[in-house]
Amino acid sequence: MTSVVIVDDHQLFRSGVRAELDGLVEVLGDAPTVEDAVRLVLEAEPDVVLLDVQMPGGGGVEVIRQVTERRPAQRFLALSVSDAPEDVIAVIRAGARGYVTKTISPPELADAVDRVADGDAVFSPRLAGFVLDAFAGGLPERAVDPQLDQLTAREREVLRHIARGYLYKEIAQRLSISTKTVEAHVSAVLRKLQLSNRHELSRWAVERRLID
Amino acid sequence: MAPMSASAAMPLRRDSEHGLVLGVAAGIARRLRIDPVIVRVAFAATTVAGGAGLVLYLLAWALMPAEGSAKAPLERIVARRDTWLVVAGMACLAVAALLLLRKWGLWFSDQFVLPVLLVTAGGALIWRQSKAPPEDAPPAPRAPSARALRLPPDAAGRAAVGAALVVGGGLVFLWLNDALQPARDVLLAVVVVVVALTLILAPWWLRLVRGLTEERAERIRSQERAEVAAHLHDSVLQTLALMQRRVDDPREVAALARRQERELRAWLNGRRALDDADTVASCLEAAAAEVEEAHGVAIDVVAVGDAPLDKRGEALVAATREALVNAAKFAGDASIALYAEVAPERVEVFVRDRGPGFEPERVPADRRGVRESIVGRMERHGGRALVHSAPGEGTEIELVMRR
Repeated sequence: MTSVVIVDDHQLFRSGVRAELDGLVEVLGDAPTVEDAVRLVLEAEPDVVLLDVQMPGGGGVEVIRQVTERRPAQRFLALSVSDAPEDVIAVIRAGARGYVTKTISPPELADAVDRVADGDAVFSPRLAGFVLDAFAGGLPERAVDPQLDQLTAREREVLRHIARGYLYKEIAQRLSISTKTVEAHVSAVLRKLQLSNRHELSRWAVERRLID
Repeated sequence: MAPMSASAAMPLRRDSEHGLVLGVAAGIARRLRIDPVIVRVAFAATTVAGGAGLVLYLLAWALMPAEGSAKAPLERIVARRDTWLVVAGMACLAVAALLLLRKWGLWFSDQFVLPVLLVTAGGALIWRQSKAPPEDAPPAPRAPSARALRLPPDAAGRAAVGAALVVGGGLVFLWLNDALQPARDVLLAVVVVVVALTLILAPWWLRLVRGLTEERAERIRSQERAEVAAHLHDSVLQTLALMQRRVDDPREVAALARRQERELRAWLNGRRALDDADTVASCLEAAAAEVEEAHGVAIDVVAVGDAPLDKRGEALVAATREALVNAAKFAGDASIALYAEVAPERVEVFVRDRGPGFEPERVPADRRGVRESIVGRMERHGGRALVHSAPGEGTEIELVMRR
């Protein structure tokens, strides 16, 4: 069974998730603060850290930063009530391998945890929408690194299906490819999201908040 | 009141439309709200009497931006790389012109013209501060209070140079006219008094300013707090109270919680209320919210891109609402996904539910829901609607509208 540590500053939510995931994954412990979380994760070495985005003392991004310094292979899945683009993009760029909202159902959450433990990426429909938004629009020709700054037609198609509410295996069926290939596309998008210098990513996140 | 404040805020600009030569006189006249003829006569008189008018006119032309352009000719030159060469050249030209005028005898006297030139240059620099602040200044939404009153650094520098020129010009005038000796005695007394007063009053004044700043910050904070409290009271507390009274109806409680969540999110994101929205994405969100409330279902809305709402967009939103209602009727408890993508040439909307699904061919032709209000409406506005469904696989309605 996949082992997890839950990091969230809300006691009620930690115990809720613990109860929900009971029997689906192995919960090694939970932590309410950044320091506690870093200590616990380094000690318990879980497969996946379930991480709240907004916490006092730097939030999930800070936990990722401090843990990754000493345990670079640690995998994180962001779990948050926030659907603000800047929060989501920040935690993904810090190194989280996926992002789901707190309204997700327990079996889906357990599934997402397993997926992240396997090294795959987990995109919620909303995150897929953010990514499509962030990578939309052109860049000046010479500023583009096609390896990082653009999505391929296939990746775009996969993301659109995720945004439309399709599961990986349904997407595979519709596009006549294997589920593994779908996962590979999503992982490629995750990598671009984390490494792209496309300054649009940050600018877009800020603008989106300002204009609305 | 209104016209007065409008003209007071009007920046000094050359009015090429009403001007005779370069629009300088007309611009000044408009700013001062007097007849341009008066300004022109003044220029002409001083030109004939000593030549100063011509110089002033050229100086004003260089420093005043034209109507509709943000930059004065001089500023445009200064923005260039070889600025100092140009400045030196212009200074040489100006000196040459002055010497020429002097040679011709079109001159009051050195004692008068030189100081006036200095004072004019300084005055022009200071007056240019009255223009609007630069628009590309970084927004500072968190601390708007303290910064708003201060000039930007380059403007402050210009003001200082201008003030120095004006004061210097005045001193030169006094000195050239041998009026400096008595003036110096008076000045000494004034300086002593000012220094003494500064020493006495400075601490008190500083305290006052600091106190005012703090008080204003405190006032803003408490206003914000009151606003947040009022909002939470009107929305979250009300909903919580309602939910406690409806504990026996889980569906209703879930719907209440969802509505409150949506509203709180919109408020946190600083969005306008959903009902006066006028873009495709916000209208789709509003439609989804309505269907959620009316049918007690959960709808996840993901929108990529956005555009102002036009006639076609309205039809698209109406068709989407119908598709959502359909999905809500058949989807059961599973959530409905609404995905909208606004591209430059078209808008696509997908409404997906995980209900039992059906065979589209076997829907009787008299069922108006899908056929009329979705397919028909889309086609009338130059779009199309497709229904993908199979028993056991849920339903997805695809709406495409070209823009």
